[in-house]
Amino acid sequence: MSSVLFETPGPRTRARHRIYTVVTGVVLLGIAVWFLLVLDDNGELAYELWEPFLTPAYIEVLWQGLLDTLAMAASAVLFAVVLGAVLGAGKLSDHRALRVPCWLIVEFFRAVPLLLLIIFLFLGPLRLSPYWSVVIGLTLYNGAVLAEIFRAGVLAVPKGQAEAAYALGMRKTQVMVQIQLPQAVKIMIPAIISQCVVALKDTSLGFYVLAPGLTTVGRRIWIEFGNQFQTAVVLSAIYIACNLALAALATWVQRKYVGEKRLVVPTIGVAAGKAAGDLP
Amino acid sequence: MEDLIDQYDLVLQAFWLTIQLAVLSGLVSLVVGTLLAAMRVGPVWVLRSAATTYVTLVRNTPLLLVFVFVFVAAPNLGWFVDTPFLVKGVIAVSVYTSAFVCEAVRSGVNAVPLGQAEAARAVGLTFGQTMGSIVLPQAYRASVPPLASVLIAMTKNTSIAAVFGLAELTFRMRYFSNNSADDTSIFLAFAVLYIVLVELISVGAIGLERRWRAAR
Repeated sequence: MSSVLFETPGPRTRARHRIYTVVTGVVLLGIAVWFLLVLDDNGELAYELWEPFLTPAYIEVLWQGLLDTLAMAASAVLFAVVLGAVLGAGKLSDHRALRVPCWLIVEFFRAVPLLLLIIFLFLGPLRLSPYWSVVIGLTLYNGAVLAEIFRAGVLAVPKGQAEAAYALGMRKTQVMVQIQLPQAVKIMIPAIISQCVVALKDTSLGFYVLAPGLTTVGRRIWIEFGNQFQTAVVLSAIYIACNLALAALATWVQRKYVGEKRLVVPTIGVAAGKAAGDLP
Repeated sequence: MEDLIDQYDLVLQAFWLTIQLAVLSGLVSLVVGTLLAAMRVGPVWVLRSAATTYVTLVRNTPLLLVFVFVFVAAPNLGWFVDTPFLVKGVIAVSVYTSAFVCEAVRSGVNAVPLGQAEAARAVGLTFGQTMGSIVLPQAYRASVPPLASVLIAMTKNTSIAAVFGLAELTFRMRYFSNNSADDTSIFLAFAVLYIVLVELISVGAIGLERRWRAAR
């Protein structure tokens, strides 16, 4: 294997690498064993602490929490796609009166922490329920991000497509809806699925306003059993499994429908950003 | 709004705490993330897979759960019991952000064409020269925009520390909202403070990009 950093190794380098591999392997294994010993010393491996996650009643509670989390993420993403399409189209508009407000809204909601937004929706003049605070907060934030994805997607459609459509006498709306959008959606779908990962992770913020969902259920479990560590491990495992499934879906869609082409979405103020969805 | 002006010292303290969280976590995660990236692009198989596993696990875990591990679960193991909250917050944010820094740096290294290093070796540059004058300068340049977005997201993510009792901006915004009817202007005031931080990072990134722009 040759890379920009090193040449394809020869026999002596390979031997040296084998030694590194063994040494680092032993060190990492040592760390893992030490961690298990620490867990054992503190009684964290005791069966009673893990038992709730094998008890049908609690599995059901967790399952309900997972369903709530997925429902919040899914509805937020659905609303966000609509909002993103509207704001994205607004940012592409020929009219300054439409372009500037859309740009302002997008920049504002991309720059404000989601938690601040959720607290405002929860405590502010709207006084939304915890569930809707999270869903609307996620919608506004992800809608602003998706607006950028949408804009980048439309701009990624070759210019000749729109020009040809105008030459045929189509109107602006027709060109957008019938020519540019169908082609843009294809490129956008992997980025939208990646954004679902972000939305799913962010539903965990419902914890602060006690919205239904995995983290709130988790808190109830660890208050009852005092098994904070075990609950955190199980919740992380659930989130990781869901997100890896989504990531696999995004890769599959990319390979099957889009090919090599990747969307470049500008980040706030920075000229050329990386693909959306890779953000913390 | 009067509340904010009367108790401006609380707002300033909160702003300072957010800045501390962001700067310290930014520095730690840049160092750790770069190390992880070095492991991921290096030739040693064990290090490569260890770093890949770390990045995959951490990137798919919500930051809130990382905070739960550090603030709620670790004391059960006898860890971080007397650690100051700020340090614990920095640990949680850095553990999470390092994974994203690693990916940003790695994408920068991968953006350097293979031919650059091959040409450098062909004209007889040593490994150190190849790295120092050819590969790394180009890799840094390519990773500025993704690193800036990671740092911006991290700055916003420090707000999660509010959930665990750090009196930073989001925490104070909740405090003021609880004690006042004038929620909207309070929200906007705190939002503006965050926007100032975010814009500072992005202006810095644009400056660096312009300065390091390579003629290609």
